[in-house]
Amino acid sequence: MAKIAIKVKVNGVERAAEVESRLLLVHFLRENLRLTGTHVGCDTSHCGACTVVLDGRAIKSCSVFAVQADGREILTVEGLEKDGKLHAIQDGFFQEHGLQCGFCTSGMLMTGYAFLESNSNPTEDEIRHAISGNLCRCTGYVNIVKAYQYAAAKLREGGEQ
Amino acid sequence: MIPRSFEYFAPRTLEEAISLLGELGQEAKILSGGQSLIPMMKLRLATPPYIIDINRLPDLNYISELNGFLRIGALARESDFEVSPTIKSRYPILMDTTVVIADPLVRNQATACGNLAHGDPANDHPATMLALGASIIAVGPSGEREIPIESFFTSLFTTALKPDEILKEIKVPIPTPMSGGAYLKIKRKVGDYATAGVAVQITLNGAGVCHRAGIGLTNVGFTPLKAKETETFLIGHTLDEATIKRAAEIAAGEAQPIDDIRGSAEYKRDLVRVLTARALYLALNRAKGGA
Repeated sequence: MAKIAIKVKVNGVERAAEVESRLLLVHFLRENLRLTGTHVGCDTSHCGACTVVLDGRAIKSCSVFAVQADGREILTVEGLEKDGKLHAIQDGFFQEHGLQCGFCTSGMLMTGYAFLESNSNPTEDEIRHAISGNLCRCTGYVNIVKAYQYAAAKLREGGEQ
Repeated sequence: MIPRSFEYFAPRTLEEAISLLGELGQEAKILSGGQSLIPMMKLRLATPPYIIDINRLPDLNYISELNGFLRIGALARESDFEVSPTIKSRYPILMDTTVVIADPLVRNQATACGNLAHGDPANDHPATMLALGASIIAVGPSGEREIPIESFFTSLFTTALKPDEILKEIKVPIPTPMSGGAYLKIKRKVGDYATAGVAVQITLNGAGVCHRAGIGLTNVGFTPLKAKETETFLIGHTLDEATIKRAAEIAAGEAQPIDDIRGSAEYKRDLVRVLTARALYLALNRAKGGA
């Protein structure tokens, strides 16, 4: 089957590639671009480990074809840190010990990034609903919720990224 | 999991999409949100040789009221409902429905039109659209046609859409004053299909008597079910405790559940009874102006 030429802006950088139509976005990111921070967990669109932000919305990259991202913008976990400084959501996970094994973390961060863009002062209930598509098997979610709250407060304070 | 190879088309106009569908025939599948289709392709439960991605068609992402109808375009995402001022203020039944579908990440991609076109009795919008008395706008080579929702779901994973038609829009009559609706679903966890779900939409007259009732049932039959006997029973009645209790029993009788991992048929039938009563109370309260 003929390959399809796509151009995708990933973490601010224009990337061009020729891909098979059946290539999933998560495999394009991990294998073609070697951005392995985005994980494959369940591979059945349940766990959210593959979450990336596509044109501002958090989505499961195991359930989107790479060709669908042609001409669009993607943010992955590798794009959160700017000039050696962690994004507030990353800092939140660091400060509040929001991870143990770390496997779900990049997905949790990307969901959190998009969520806090639209809601900078969330209630605990809103946070728990926001992360309901991301599974964590270690933490019991308590410190993840705290990490989101820490990040929200930090973003509100200085607008500091 | 890797889907089988397929040929990918991303038409830029509706006309182009329809002509592609005509050329490629029955084996072509439409990709909108893809949140059912792509997982099925990964499991190779679906192996379409042709995919027509409609995400690049213009002017199909809308949720808006026009000329007496709420119109939902083919590319309106589930998460668009959650932030729509129209839905928030005037269609609590649609808000109830959207927020119990899959999870927030899936809802960022998934579409309400796809939720119907998939023809899965476990999906949530079908019951709600049955309750609301919606219709489907399908577009094919000979133009548009309107399909009443009650004749849309023909059998398991099968709808009245012809192989060369695209579901372009869901059209919902704007509820008249003194109307209220609700959708309630029991599921085991976020992301699960309904063990059972019930959608109710009622309209009262000035004396508080029910003069329109729509009831749809989720995942208790081989298609989404319209609880016609329950609807007929409700019309002309004041929705007091005895009426609601009786209506709930009739609805339970109309359900056609089977035993599966989510529970026994008997359990699901009883869920329909309980959910119908709860949804009727909630719809009644909303019809009277409550939340």
